[in-house]
Amino acid sequence: MSFKTNNKVVQWVEDRLPLISMGHHTLYEYPMPKNLNYLWNFGSLAGFALVTMIVTGIILAMQYTAHVDMAFNSVERIMRDVNNGWLIRYIHMNMASFFFIAVYIHMMRGLYYGSYKAPRELLWQLGVVIFLLMMATAFMGYVLPWGQMSFWGATVITNLFSAIPVVGESIVTWLWGGFSVDNPTLNRFFALHYLLPFIIVAVVVLHIVALHTVTSNNPLGIDMKGPQDSLTFQPYYTIKDLFGLGVFLMLFAFFLFWAPNFMGHPDNYIPANPLSTPAHIVPEWYFLPFYAILRAVPDKLGGVIAMFGAIAILFVLPWLDRSKIRSCKFRPVARIFFWIFLANGLLLGWLGGQPAEEPYVALSRIATAYYFFHFLILLPIILPMIERPRELPSSIHEAVLKS
Amino acid sequence: MKKILIGFYAAALSLTSSVALASGSLIEIPKQEWSFQGTFGSYDKASLQRGFQVYKDVCSGCHSLDLVAFRNLADLGYNEDEIKAIAAEYTVEDGPNDEGEMFERNAIPADRFPAPFPNEKAAAASNGGKAPPDLSLMAKARHGGSDGDGADYIYALLTGYTDAPEEVPASTQRQFTGLFDFLSYKLFATEEEKKPIMEPLELGDLSYNEYFSGYKIAMAPPLSEDAVEYSDGTPATVEQMSADVSHFLMWAAEPKLEARKNTGVKVMIFLIIFTLVMYAAKRKVFAKVH
Ligand code: HEC
Ligand code: HEM
Repeated sequence: MSFKTNNKVVQWVEDRLPLISMGHHTLYEYPMPKNLNYLWNFGSLAGFALVTMIVTGIILAMQYTAHVDMAFNSVERIMRDVNNGWLIRYIHMNMASFFFIAVYIHMMRGLYYGSYKAPRELLWQLGVVIFLLMMATAFMGYVLPWGQMSFWGATVITNLFSAIPVVGESIVTWLWGGFSVDNPTLNRFFALHYLLPFIIVAVVVLHIVALHTVTSNNPLGIDMKGPQDSLTFQPYYTIKDLFGLGVFLMLFAFFLFWAPNFMGHPDNYIPANPLSTPAHIVPEWYFLPFYAILRAVPDKLGGVIAMFGAIAILFVLPWLDRSKIRSCKFRPVARIFFWIFLANGLLLGWLGGQPAEEPYVALSRIATAYYFFHFLILLPIILPMIERPRELPSSIHEAVLKS
Repeated sequence: MKKILIGFYAAALSLTSSVALASGSLIEIPKQEWSFQGTFGSYDKASLQRGFQVYKDVCSGCHSLDLVAFRNLADLGYNEDEIKAIAAEYTVEDGPNDEGEMFERNAIPADRFPAPFPNEKAAAASNGGKAPPDLSLMAKARHGGSDGDGADYIYALLTGYTDAPEEVPASTQRQFTGLFDFLSYKLFATEEEKKPIMEPLELGDLSYNEYFSGYKIAMAPPLSEDAVEYSDGTPATVEQMSADVSHFLMWAAEPKLEARKNTGVKVMIFLIIFTLVMYAAKRKVFAKVH
């Protein structure tokens, strides 16, 4: 069913630039496994969130002023005087959280069904790059309204780099563009916050190219063996993605219209004040698991290494997990540990929001140790010794018929 | 579908309140009922007007309201002439004129509320070293989360000037030395040992307030019975004035709340229909798949 047209103009363009047939291939005839569950909706939801962030972000940038004396009030002007400015800003604020929700579920789906295993290693790694870029973008975006949490969050996080031996202090000065978080810092954060989403778009394009080369994994974790195993993207997955989008947007609208500040922090409605430190400096909720890992290690440099290591380890995950079976459906032991890993991740998130006192510190240490244990010892060493996987079905088609 | 939605709504609401509590300190802020809460919530214009009167007659002596302009008072139900008259009661600095001089003139609706002090240092100097904070965003800047949390706090603060006790809970409570210490405390400590650590209260020039973090506030009780005379005849009790000014400050912090909820209801209705149609279409398309 390759692309054909009777329209002369379309054919003329097509002979010179095969855009339309490419679009046709990706959105119409691209074969998807026919047994996908709703966890496979979250990739397209993340894509929707990315576009929403870029569109609302550009509109906000038309009214925002990146200067320490004006940033806070320019945001309030958007909230009060710009037509529908409150709507645009609240969408941007809350969609950032929903973007992370979608991507976290998307990643957990990958972990459970072994979507990172051959031949999808590069696809997974591009995903990790997207995740890193998202975190950098979100962090810098949170600084822009120049409230108390913006300022102090920026101060705490940029200060982490001072832990690097010898050159640390110089790096921090270089990042700040001065000797403290100040106007030059705000200016460069704005420039980068505008830039990075477009780099994310570029990496997402690579992510999709890789996906279309290796095709989607599925809940059974076995390959598609022929047309009886697959469905074309249109109409099956366009319609399923649209239904998923509807549900996602209803949850989103609930927060957007009835609790728009629920996921934010009240202190960020106080203008930044370098002379007064807030009682608790907490990052946005989506950073909390990593923040907990950072604080779990008593040594500053060690904490920084652990925090970045927690993400870096995802890069090599395809080689740490030595089982040939992808889906946890057929891995009775790995499945149990998947849920323990998830619970541990949520625990880390909760701990990241608690003050740095006992018993939270001790618990953070245990949870951090477990996080690394899962990837470094459990997956490569223990599971291969104790797990006997269940038998795989011979094809997707057969498994679907049986159920 | 509807059941799921209602269930989600309820779950999300209960989550909102429990997390909001957890993010506060030891002090629990009592919940009040506000007309602007809930799915269809809106401001009560009579209360807003009374609250504005309290701000104008009492709070504005110390607190600025930088982000609010006189023209915004249209939201409270005042007409153009009334707003012009209110603005004209204030003088603002303008200039420089053609001679290069700054001059004073009566405020017009486009002006913002003038601040009581020329700068923060002056504000602090006249208030025992603590500058009264700007009130424009106060209702979102202390206890946030859901609409009303901030108004609850302002109401609690204004009605929280009670007789000072001898002792208050100390700012640093018992610190645990580790997980084991924590567990043995949770499991084995006696009621006596579990009581919060108290410290004697030394007020100095400050006032005791049971809802202010640290209990010692540099703002003397601003309201007393009949501090204002309401033009609509409502008796001006401390509770009434506190509720009205909290309502007013919520509006000052979130003037677009009504537009937000109205838009929300429409968007939600659209999304429910959209999602149901997509669900039906999805069922139909997949019915043929085996
Ligand atoms: C005599 C001057 C004065 C008046 C009048 C006054 N305040 Fe204050 N207010 C202060 C000062 C000073 C502070 C700072 C207190 C501190 O930080 O200890 C303050 C702080 C506050 C706070 C912030 C508390 C916090 O959590 O930081 C609120 C809210 C507040 N005032 C509301 C009001 C309202 C509403 C009124 C009018 C009913 C009012 N004030 C009238 C002087 C005043
Ligand atoms: C901007 C953020 C992202 C966007 C827009 C995005 C988009 C997509 C889309 C549209 C798909 C196909 C649909 C699906 O399988 O869900 C997909 C698949 C995939 N993504 Fe992402 N993604 C993002 C981030 C990530 C991240 C952070 C990771 C992991 C670290 C990741 C890993 C994967 C993997 C492994 C697949 C193939 C999954 C499978 O078929 O089982 N992605 N992505």
